[in-house]
Amino acid sequence: MRFSAQLEARFERFLARYPQRRSALIPMLLYAQDEVGWLSPEVIAEIAGRLDLSVVEVESVISYYSMLRRRPAGKYHIQVCTNISCMLREAEPLFEHAREKLGIEPGEITEDGLFSLEEVECLGACSWAPAVQVNYDFHHEMTPEKLGALVDRLREKRP
Amino acid sequence: MTAAPGTLLIEAARRAGIEIPAFCYYPGLSLQAACRMCLVEIEKAPKLQTACTVPVSEGMVVRTNTPKVHDARRSMLEFLLTNHPLDCPVCDKGGECELQDMVFRYGASFSRFREEKRHTDEEKWSPVVYYDGPRCILCYRCVRVCNEGMDVSALAIVNRGGRTLIGPNAGGHLDCEQCGMCIDICPVGALTSGSYRHQARPWELHYVPTICTHCGDGCKTTLSVRNNRVLRGNNRDQSGINGEFLCIKGRYAFDFLHHPERLTQPLVRQEGKLVPATWAQALRAVAARFRQLLEQGSAFGIIGSNHAGNETAYLLQKFARAGLRTNNIDHHRTADYAALIAALARSGVRPADRLAGSRDLLTARAVLLIGNNPTEQHPLLAWNMRTNVRLNKGRLYVVNHRAIKLERQATATLRIEEGRAGALLDFLAGQTTAGQPPALQPWNEFRDRLRAESDLLVVFGDEIKGDGIARLVAFGNTLGGVTRYIALGDYNNSRGASDMGLLPGSLPGYAPVEDAVVRARFEAEWNVTLPPGPGLALDEMIAAAGDGRLGALYVVGANPLKRYNLNAGSSFLVVQDMFLTETARQADVVLPAAAVYEVNGTVTNTCGELQRIRQALGTNGPRADLEIIGLIAKETGISLGPVGSEEVFDEIRRLVNGYNVAMAGLAAGEAVPTAPADGRDASLGRPDLVHSSGDTLFTSGTLGQYSDMLEAVRRH
Ligand code: SF4
Ligand code: SF4
Ligand code: SF4
Ligand code: FES
Ligand code: FES
Repeated sequence: MRFSAQLEARFERFLARYPQRRSALIPMLLYAQDEVGWLSPEVIAEIAGRLDLSVVEVESVISYYSMLRRRPAGKYHIQVCTNISCMLREAEPLFEHAREKLGIEPGEITEDGLFSLEEVECLGACSWAPAVQVNYDFHHEMTPEKLGALVDRLREKRP
Repeated sequence: MTAAPGTLLIEAARRAGIEIPAFCYYPGLSLQAACRMCLVEIEKAPKLQTACTVPVSEGMVVRTNTPKVHDARRSMLEFLLTNHPLDCPVCDKGGECELQDMVFRYGASFSRFREEKRHTDEEKWSPVVYYDGPRCILCYRCVRVCNEGMDVSALAIVNRGGRTLIGPNAGGHLDCEQCGMCIDICPVGALTSGSYRHQARPWELHYVPTICTHCGDGCKTTLSVRNNRVLRGNNRDQSGINGEFLCIKGRYAFDFLHHPERLTQPLVRQEGKLVPATWAQALRAVAARFRQLLEQGSAFGIIGSNHAGNETAYLLQKFARAGLRTNNIDHHRTADYAALIAALARSGVRPADRLAGSRDLLTARAVLLIGNNPTEQHPLLAWNMRTNVRLNKGRLYVVNHRAIKLERQATATLRIEEGRAGALLDFLAGQTTAGQPPALQPWNEFRDRLRAESDLLVVFGDEIKGDGIARLVAFGNTLGGVTRYIALGDYNNSRGASDMGLLPGSLPGYAPVEDAVVRARFEAEWNVTLPPGPGLALDEMIAAAGDGRLGALYVVGANPLKRYNLNAGSSFLVVQDMFLTETARQADVVLPAAAVYEVNGTVTNTCGELQRIRQALGTNGPRADLEIIGLIAKETGISLGPVGSEEVFDEIRRLVNGYNVAMAGLAAGEAVPTAPADGRDASLGRPDLVHSSGDTLFTSGTLGQYSDMLEAVRRH
């Protein structure tokens, strides 16, 4: 399979950069995921082939990193931290609220394909706990209300 | 104490007899430092250090036996046991499990872990490999041996933290070489084999080291026997030329021994049909006919085996030449050993000095591989070639007409058209230089690289034979240093069959049958006059038998009628075999033979290394080939002298060029190189008959058809 011209160019740079081909694996996976939305079996096989790795070696790496997804996600992937600092600052009710608001369980996608939900470990934003990450954007000191408003805003942004 | 710079602490300690426990460390594999069992106190280091990753240094003070170290070991074991099912009573590994041993030695008898254990079900990954996740201690030995040692990369680590497991490459099952290396290297019972799991406890087995029958490499496999059945094969003590290596065939393809179609009774043709007979009846039938034919002066043809030991091969040709008075004797030739020995001798060197051993592939600075596909046909030699590249920075040059897996290790690869090996050799030897078309550019570059090497070790398949070998040696002589050679032949005794003179033109040891001096020696020894001149080759014998020119054809452990046609009933056909093969089906008398794993004796691998084979099982019905030949001779009224395997081997040592080896090593189970001193006059007839069966990892000629494990893996 082919990726966008831009991504192909980026991959070429990666492959030239590392003395060991396989070192390019993680960045390639991450960028491919950003473009395709998830690491589908086709993406995995393609990248394995390009790096002369076996599929199971690539899967092995993916299964180690929770940010690498083997399931499709929504357009907005909502990641709620429930690790210790956030938990102390009421992340659990926040997470419950997210489930209710979106009407999905972690790992699922809303019917309109807009949202998916994930419970994650520390996002490194403890000073502003509780923290939520939507795709690559951080949202600090979240409350159920702020989260609700955020979801509504994102829903309206729809073209 | 002293140790070479760079030696790892754990190795230095082991050599000094100090045990440092280890799970993840495995000599020859990359360092993992995952298990933390090897922690030791090093003076001036603030924390305990892993002895498996720290090299020794000058003045280093290390303590391996302090309360702190013991504490660490106990804690690591407690940690490993948190999720371990402790099902030792029903685990295949119980009794030979490294975890069990370590807990016995260093562990605590209590655990603070009160939580529920995480369970995953046992998975069948292939007919060979089963995985039981909860037992896995995540040492990653299996992953590394498959990646690094096998270059297959079929196993990987999946998930992380408490949920980490080992996973196979093909969606829940394994698409791999099925070598079982991962199973044997697993310190615990997480990986088990389809043939041995749930069969026995290791302490109730009887262990018999012998030599694998399936290819020409001659791996030692120790057969584990219970109730006269072989349950597994391995080389756990690493005592053979193969170290820890065995391929699927040496480990699991012993099951032909117990195949239901195994012949147990002699069969004699009566009114067109093969019917069971007693040994006495069958032997009498053979002997009566042989005697009659001898009296009539009819000719005999004899075809020998690539599997049976040297003693059988030697006695068979002695029976043919001294008893049946014929040089019509041959076998399926799979490598042209005669031509190699002759070419070396004629080029003025002692062949023994230029024939390399299997382990030389581990240390050679440069190896040139022409033809063949060792990954499939010579798994041990392929393993050695890979290991040499990986651990010793050896260089591998590959010439082939097709893509082969070993190219992945090659420094340079040259693809040639099929049948062009001869032209390439002339070119390499420098005989064609004028006006090179651009197509020769890669040939040029390849030759330049080879010329820059010295002490090249050349390994070649059946693509090079006859005159081609003379050209190869001519090329070898243009290089610097000492060029050495390995000719690749198919089965456990292909080399031995050739060395023992199962050839129409050669006496044992490659002297031509016309050689007056050597003839005289054998004639004096055997007290007969030997038949003059070369006999018929294999295909000529079958043709002659077909049109009635041969009175009888006697086939021992071979299946020539798989490839050649014979008019039924045209001559008296006697076959000794384990199974009713294509050849046996046409026989007038079929004699059930013991397998190589059921007899004592010696075999010679394709590199000319002589090793002992040992009887692992008794037989009920079949008899050893050697014994059968002796009985037929006796019934026929021919005296062959003593026919026990030891006595025949003594005669071989005395009379066969290269076989006068020291007994001590052989008796101790080592591989002893044979050392042919000459062979310049060897008879080189019919190189066209030299051809390999081209077996794969999952086939083994006719024998392989009777291995259910190989069959299961082919279907997997
Ligand atoms: S059987 Fe051999 S090739 Fe297959 S996974 Fe195990 S080590 Fe790798
Ligand atoms: S399966 Fe065995 S060899 Fe592989 S990681 Fe687990 S314990 Fe180690
Ligand atoms: S490499 Fe050859 S001798 Fe060794 S186990 Fe495999 S088939 Fe047997
Ligand atoms: S615990 Fe949630 S951001 Fe660190
Ligand atoms: S042996 Fe040293 S960490 Fe495993």
